[in-house]
Amino acid sequence: MNPRYRPLAATTLIFVIAYGLCILQYPGMWSTRILGNFLTDNAFLGIAAVGATFVIISGGIDLSIGAVIGLAGVVVAVLVSHLGLHPIAAFGIVLTMSALFGAAMGAVIHFLQVPPFIVTLAGMFLARGLASILSQDSIPISHPFYKTIMDLYYRLPGGGRLSAIGLLMLLVFLIGGLIAHRTRFGSYVYALGGNPTSAALMGVPTGPVTIGIYALSSLLGGLAGIVYSLYTSAGYPLAAVGIELDSIAAVVIGGTLLTGGYGFVFGTLIGVMLQGLVQTYIVFDGTLSSWWTKIAIGVLLFLFILLQQLVFSAHKAGTRLKKAAA
Amino acid sequence: MRTPSVKRLLSPQLVALLGVLLFNWIVFPGFFDVAWRDGRLFGSLIDVINRGAPVAILSIGMTAIIATRGVDLSVGAVMAVAGAVAATCAVTGQPVIIMLLAPLAVGMLCGLWNGFLVSILSIQPFVATLVLMVAGRGVAQLITEGSIVTFNDPVLIFIGTGSFLGLPMPAVIAIALMVGAHLLVRRTAIGLFIEAIGVNRSAANFTALRSRSLVLAIYAFGGVCAAIAGTIAAGDIRGADANNTGLWLELDAILAVVIGGTSLMGGRFSIPLSVVGALIIQAMNTGILVSGFPPEFNLIVKAGLIIIILVLQSAKLAPALHRIFKQRPVKPSIQTSEKTG
Amino acid sequence: MPTDFRPADPGSVGNRPPETSGADANVVLVAKGIVKTFGNHTALNNVDLALHAGEVHALLGENGAGKSTLIKIITGAYTPDHGEISVDGVQVQFTTPQQAQSAGIGTVYQEVNLLPNMTVIDNLFIGRQPRRYGLVDRKKMAREAHRILSQYGLDIDVHAELSTFSVAVQQIIAIARAVELSGKVLILDEPTASLDRTEVEKLFEIVRRLKARGLAIVFITHFLDQVFELSDRITVLRNGRLVGSETIGDLDRTSLVRMMLGKDLAFVHAEMAADDTEPSSPLMHFRDFGRSGSVNPFDLTIHRGEVIGVAGLLGSGRTEMARLMFGIDTADQGALDIDGQKICLRAPQDAVSQGFGFCPEDRKVDGIFGDLSVRENIIIAMQAKLGWLQALNRDEQMEIAEHFIEALDIRTASDDLPVKLLSGGNQQKVILARWLATDPRFLILDEPTRGIDVGAHAEIVRMISRLREDGLALIVISSELDEIVSYSSRVVVMRDRSLVAELRGAEINPSSIVRAIAAQDAEAAE
Repeated sequence: MNPRYRPLAATTLIFVIAYGLCILQYPGMWSTRILGNFLTDNAFLGIAAVGATFVIISGGIDLSIGAVIGLAGVVVAVLVSHLGLHPIAAFGIVLTMSALFGAAMGAVIHFLQVPPFIVTLAGMFLARGLASILSQDSIPISHPFYKTIMDLYYRLPGGGRLSAIGLLMLLVFLIGGLIAHRTRFGSYVYALGGNPTSAALMGVPTGPVTIGIYALSSLLGGLAGIVYSLYTSAGYPLAAVGIELDSIAAVVIGGTLLTGGYGFVFGTLIGVMLQGLVQTYIVFDGTLSSWWTKIAIGVLLFLFILLQQLVFSAHKAGTRLKKAAA
Repeated sequence: MRTPSVKRLLSPQLVALLGVLLFNWIVFPGFFDVAWRDGRLFGSLIDVINRGAPVAILSIGMTAIIATRGVDLSVGAVMAVAGAVAATCAVTGQPVIIMLLAPLAVGMLCGLWNGFLVSILSIQPFVATLVLMVAGRGVAQLITEGSIVTFNDPVLIFIGTGSFLGLPMPAVIAIALMVGAHLLVRRTAIGLFIEAIGVNRSAANFTALRSRSLVLAIYAFGGVCAAIAGTIAAGDIRGADANNTGLWLELDAILAVVIGGTSLMGGRFSIPLSVVGALIIQAMNTGILVSGFPPEFNLIVKAGLIIIILVLQSAKLAPALHRIFKQRPVKPSIQTSEKTG
Repeated sequence: MPTDFRPADPGSVGNRPPETSGADANVVLVAKGIVKTFGNHTALNNVDLALHAGEVHALLGENGAGKSTLIKIITGAYTPDHGEISVDGVQVQFTTPQQAQSAGIGTVYQEVNLLPNMTVIDNLFIGRQPRRYGLVDRKKMAREAHRILSQYGLDIDVHAELSTFSVAVQQIIAIARAVELSGKVLILDEPTASLDRTEVEKLFEIVRRLKARGLAIVFITHFLDQVFELSDRITVLRNGRLVGSETIGDLDRTSLVRMMLGKDLAFVHAEMAADDTEPSSPLMHFRDFGRSGSVNPFDLTIHRGEVIGVAGLLGSGRTEMARLMFGIDTADQGALDIDGQKICLRAPQDAVSQGFGFCPEDRKVDGIFGDLSVRENIIIAMQAKLGWLQALNRDEQMEIAEHFIEALDIRTASDDLPVKLLSGGNQQKVILARWLATDPRFLILDEPTRGIDVGAHAEIVRMISRLREDGLALIVISSELDEIVSYSSRVVVMRDRSLVAELRGAEINPSSIVRAIAAQDAEAAE
């Protein structure tokens, strides 16, 4: 097998085994209902994580995702509940704003040549600050459209519900995968992560691509914010605090290399599901405290980082040997 | 060593700190008022030093880490762990010496773990420390069993809220740590070694520098700094709050180091300037509070500050700015001043 | 190598018969009066260049002569302050590499600038992937990739990552990409720097075919032999000015070097390492020293006051041997005796404490601390040897630095200047000074003269002889046989990771070294 598929295969295998063990212990976890809830409960995280996948494959990092989710939720709530806009119009506005916000960060990263860590840190402060200024409390959204969407679902065999937002997440993953592997933009993202200098010399428009990557990340952050507002029927400035870390963890667990250049959108889905599995297991167990989630995710993260390190150092050693032999 | 100290007085960081303080004074005329009560100093200025101490202490450890091209995202979580350990020791009535040393030991252990991942396993620092950032808070909650452990131990409370020579204890600790760390790196060759590793790790290897053990030690020191900050934070609130102690402070610490002029790409660093950076952040916090702005503006101001720094430090814009303001002499050209003989 | 070599696109390349006369009709690209300044430094001053179809045009000059600036202007990475460029008689103004590419100018850079993390297909097509229904057409790309690479005699798995191939293969892929993309002008920036002899032959074969196809090829190199072997025309730059542009027939070696240096050749080689009497006392003895998969066990005795030249092709194990001797890689067999004592080299620290020093091949990556000052770069190895507690204070540092700046004639405005601002030759001297400051008894120099200008080259060669006279033992690895011959008192030859020959006295001459290196081919032929 191509060594770069190994982390992905390992993630998938571990998910299957872990899920299998969970079912052995709690056969109740084997139901479409649980699977449906998996998707619904993690929809916003999954959508945000797709954006994070692109950013990380390009060798960057986006710390502002959580704050953008919070800001998007609050703006939707203000537009719908205070200004009486139709949610669809509000969604349009929020998505446009989010994309522009990300584009601005991307532009700063590209034109000032500064590390994305610090730029998106500023973006995080800015978005969270703006959200808090707009409102310090949770703004409920009680538009009938919200109820309609949340009542939409596809009944799975076995009584599970594939909700609209769960379906949206799967759709985002599908489109994300297509963009990453089957478009020029996608190949540019990998190129940037591999070697930005080479990429530029080979004619990759690094500026527009960088701007596009962060715009995409924030756009998906905005979409995740909308989904979060649907999920909670409210907009809250402190929503999704720290989600950027969960999404980065999902991306890494999903087999994407944090140094950039290697990774799969599909792996991120598994990474999100694995995190969801840990949470569900702890809920099912009932005696385990919530902090075990954090510890478990930390341990998972460590295992996958270690695995990647082993795979890629072995890979590199192989290359060196070949070179020496040539 | 004479000329650098003069330069340091004129460093943009100190000018910026003075600017922020002056601004605070304008919006709140009582800002510089300092009173002496009950054997200690009171006033907004003292408050800045006191409140800024934890981030300042974190930034001391973070400076060396960033100078080696690393980053430690876990210091906030390590603060929580150390606070939880200190509180648990206090509640279970351990001797003072254990109560003070146990958190430091745990902090060092956390730092060694990070250092092990970064230095021995060569894992990228961002990811390596992310592990403990995610798991650490869980561990802290595990120690406190999810509740806020409160205590009445006088020693811990003194560390968090007491005073020494009129100055608040946290500030005294921060200053002592800063001076100690600065002397340690500059009076020995450690500072040069750190900068060499940060500039070119591979060349450091070829020059027979013990990069691995040094990087390991640096992360351990970062863990100890975080533990000190965590103990102070616990003493301050007379309890350990595993959920909120040090939450997002790693970002403030990184920001303080960046304000202090250390590049995230490693290399040259200055511990005192990082502390000045921490004070700038705190002065802005306090300024927004005393001036009556809603605290939410704090985040926006911080974002603005980062943007200003980015523009000033930007490799592309900086030369243009210097040309406009003629702040610095043009770098001496090699061609024009060749040695003869 | 494929025998059928059809032009990919006869329309744009043109099948004009190559002429060497340089008739204007044949001119593809003209750059006229190019001026480029950085700050107050003029990198290019009124430089002209004309490239002809079906010609290999060598662009020569010392480091800092302005070659790379000129290339970057032609390829759109820089915009000139003055002057104009025209392609096929049409004036153009490139602001991005893409524009230059689409105008027909392709470039292959020194360190193969491709994407190691992506597949061969991606590397060939990135930026211009064929699309179907808005998505990238992967089947078509795979077919095309096979077709293109077969023209260059490459039959490889195009779905594999680029990093799984050797540098030589990567270079051919880079050329294939540049030619596919541009098709008028191909710029090769030091393409042979990291190739061995057979790989260079292969590359030249490809270049000749492309030339026959009517491409104008710019060839930048430090190897003068290769210039005469491959080029039709030579342009020489010096200090940002055009010195001259000649056809190859009008030039001989000496006049070319004179053009590059602006003076007569400074260093005359073959001042032979005088006597072939064995130097007095043996210093150390490597016995059965080796590391599996890297260097086969070798025996080598090193004496005080001798220079051992190490010859061999790239990948022959010369650098690996040096790394082993300095403890960067640890030996898994054999032993080292120094003055009769058994020494274990587990890390460079062990080597340094024995008085070893090592100037690595890749100065930029393994040698200099770019952002640190010249002073700090000079004292750092000494400081590392002293340990972190015994810090040299500033005055002591300055004294040491000043001493070596003067002794080695390091040209720097001050000892406080970041070393990255120095020229390659001066950086090499700084690294040499770094080790001399540790008062070594044994120095390993890996390609000490690679990529530095001819003047500094001569100084380094003189320095090697001087150090030998001072009683140091030196091992010098070099690809330049003339150079090795000039200073070595013994030459060892590496081949296939083994030490295969040891030449002394009268045996030390280029032809016997070449014979020792090439012996393998003779054996293989039998």
